[in-house]
Amino acid sequence: MPVWTLYGLRRGVATNPWPDGGQVTQRGVQGMPRFHSEQCKEGCRVCADVCLPGAIRIIENGRGERLTLDYGKCVACQMCTEFCPEDAMEKSGDWAFAVSKRADLIWDEALTSLPAQELTQKIHTAFGRSLHVRHVDAGSCNGCESELQALNNPYYNLHRLGIFFTPSPRFADLLLVMGTVTYAMKEALLETYNAMPEPRWVMAMGTCAVSGGAVGGGYACGRGVEEFLPVDIYVPGCPPNPTAMIQALLLLLNRTPQRVQGGHFAD
Amino acid sequence: MNGALEQRLSPDELPEVCRALMAGGARLQMAYAWFPEPDTPEVIYLGDWKRLEPFPMLRCRLLDGRRELPSLAAITPLLGWYEREIQDLCGIQFSGHPEPSPLVLHEGARPEMPPLDPRYQPEEMMPYSPQPWHLPAVEGDDVQQLPFGPVRADVLESAQILFYYVGEGILHCHPRLFFKHRGLEKQFEGLSPLLGVVLAERISGVDSFAHALAFCQAVEAAASSKIPERASYLRVILAELERLYNHLHYLGHLCHTTTLKVGEAQGKLLEEQCKQINGEFTGSRFLRGLLVPGGMRRDLSLNGLEERLRRLEPQIIDYMFELETTNSHLDRLLTTGLLPRQVAFDQGASGPIKRASGIQRDLRWSHPYAAYGSFNVDVPVRQEGDAHARSQIRMDEIRASIKLIYSALENLPRGRVSTEVHAFPGSEGLGWCESTRGSIYHCVHFDEVGHLARVKVKSPSFSNWRVFPFTVHDSNMMDYAINEASFGLTMAGCDR
Repeated sequence: MPVWTLYGLRRGVATNPWPDGGQVTQRGVQGMPRFHSEQCKEGCRVCADVCLPGAIRIIENGRGERLTLDYGKCVACQMCTEFCPEDAMEKSGDWAFAVSKRADLIWDEALTSLPAQELTQKIHTAFGRSLHVRHVDAGSCNGCESELQALNNPYYNLHRLGIFFTPSPRFADLLLVMGTVTYAMKEALLETYNAMPEPRWVMAMGTCAVSGGAVGGGYACGRGVEEFLPVDIYVPGCPPNPTAMIQALLLLLNRTPQRVQGGHFAD
Repeated sequence: MNGALEQRLSPDELPEVCRALMAGGARLQMAYAWFPEPDTPEVIYLGDWKRLEPFPMLRCRLLDGRRELPSLAAITPLLGWYEREIQDLCGIQFSGHPEPSPLVLHEGARPEMPPLDPRYQPEEMMPYSPQPWHLPAVEGDDVQQLPFGPVRADVLESAQILFYYVGEGILHCHPRLFFKHRGLEKQFEGLSPLLGVVLAERISGVDSFAHALAFCQAVEAAASSKIPERASYLRVILAELERLYNHLHYLGHLCHTTTLKVGEAQGKLLEEQCKQINGEFTGSRFLRGLLVPGGMRRDLSLNGLEERLRRLEPQIIDYMFELETTNSHLDRLLTTGLLPRQVAFDQGASGPIKRASGIQRDLRWSHPYAAYGSFNVDVPVRQEGDAHARSQIRMDEIRASIKLIYSALENLPRGRVSTEVHAFPGSEGLGWCESTRGSIYHCVHFDEVGHLARVKVKSPSFSNWRVFPFTVHDSNMMDYAINEASFGLTMAGCDR
């Protein structure tokens, strides 16, 4: 019969040390598309037509048609990057999209010239406190749960960062919500929130929780957590990969900078 | 419908034809309804029969405002849930149904009209005020009730399980599901097939590829088109990569419930490594954004995939060997959650669950799709029907998946990966696929402008959740979590 302790020891350390050194290893994983407005051609609406969640829209503003892009609705399906005839939509590895203001997920022309450095200057120093998280599935596709469960595997080993999942909302600092909020889960979600002591935070994890994403609306689904609860951190992604989830949790704790502003991603 | 052998019947003929089908060795798989014309719903029953034989399909139109059919649940019990779903979503009653209470829509949900009626286009969520739910009457001294959920301990999907118990023993377990019902089948209405794939990928995250595959194949069947050979091989490889990470997850999760901590860590680490391989070679850890009706959205370079798997394989084999020789783990699995063959058959068990209870069926073998016809697909089977048999089936399938991937990579043809698919207005198609959890069927109906009019999704978790409580009755609390983990169920797929 195997001695599992020895088995584990023989395997060595599997944990990736990120963010305390080490590479961010989501090699190859495609994130949100990058928008190059200078290449975008007026009168063309190909990208908007292939965008299921309506993250890309063409609006008429008196001086002609204009493209609007809301990363809070983007499910990273890559359709726009494959259909844009002008390569204005580019595939990217930008997935660390957590923000504290919803408006920062909406692409803003005026920010085009903002140097990336300015954003990275906003690094706050850690004030290193632990965090207890209560997760609520309010109607997801289980993709987000699968990635959240992965945070406890030896590779990400979330505990090393002082972040823990708790079974009871009474011990929780953070309510981590996934899914569009279905009609049947609304009540349970609010009850869970009300059972939490103050101060408490709410994180909308995944595009469904941010805006309803590809499945929001209809007779059974809401359009995100915001309709029902005050949200502190928005994390679009379909689903956000585990590293993006860690980045979002650390952003809440001011232990890592926000990477996105006005829909622009800072490398 | 392309892909099935149809029989059109009047309501009164249904029970007799259904009995004859069953007597001939067929098994019904699902039933659903749709509205070819606003006032004339049609109910469709799909079954399967022998290997390589077409799927039998019974179609029954309800004319002249009729909204009632005889229930077939007494003939084939697995239809019970489908009939209740049709009742909730399409407003058709089934006379003589043994448990006619709502299923998919919770008590207290009040849509203005049946949600799948095409005239129903709600601006916002339907009105809902929670009502007490229908429960079986359980009487006796010392019988207690324990409601658990819908927000459960751990990171789990939402569902509520009500236990009737005496001490440690569970008398009866009554799951209340469909908290996550998102009305997805309605959301397909009016979409182009291209955007339908994006939605299909989001039916169940951990079955993203399988659902998208069944959907694409249904559209291809409707258009009677054939995809390039390279695409069909790529589909096999990707479908098996999905099976691999899922099965490893459940081996790890099973260790979690038997408190074998290192075993859990190792299983979930192997799952992570498989997901990273997915991300690296396809751009998505969940294999999303790859399929399109007609083939693949883009060609994939899989150079180096075999080498990565060859490095991972010995670790997986070693891990499974260690699990199979750990007495404390096996003690908890053996004889836990027994599912007899007959119950599995009658109640509609699917995938590894049915194969662990002695039913040797697998769509990859019985009705080959993509390039599966070119390979020997092993269909492992066990007779014991307990949690251990279910875990052994997963282990066998892991070995078989790796072999399949190697062999598909070796024979991967060159050439194009997609072809134009044009579904004609009014056409219909059936697509199927054996996912990690069992059989998936998608039925698509196109409207007069070539958009999707109705998509029915039969998901394996819907089938297996129906079966699961039969293994819980008369068991005990300590075994419950182990039993549930051994079933490998998802809520998202079941609730849709």
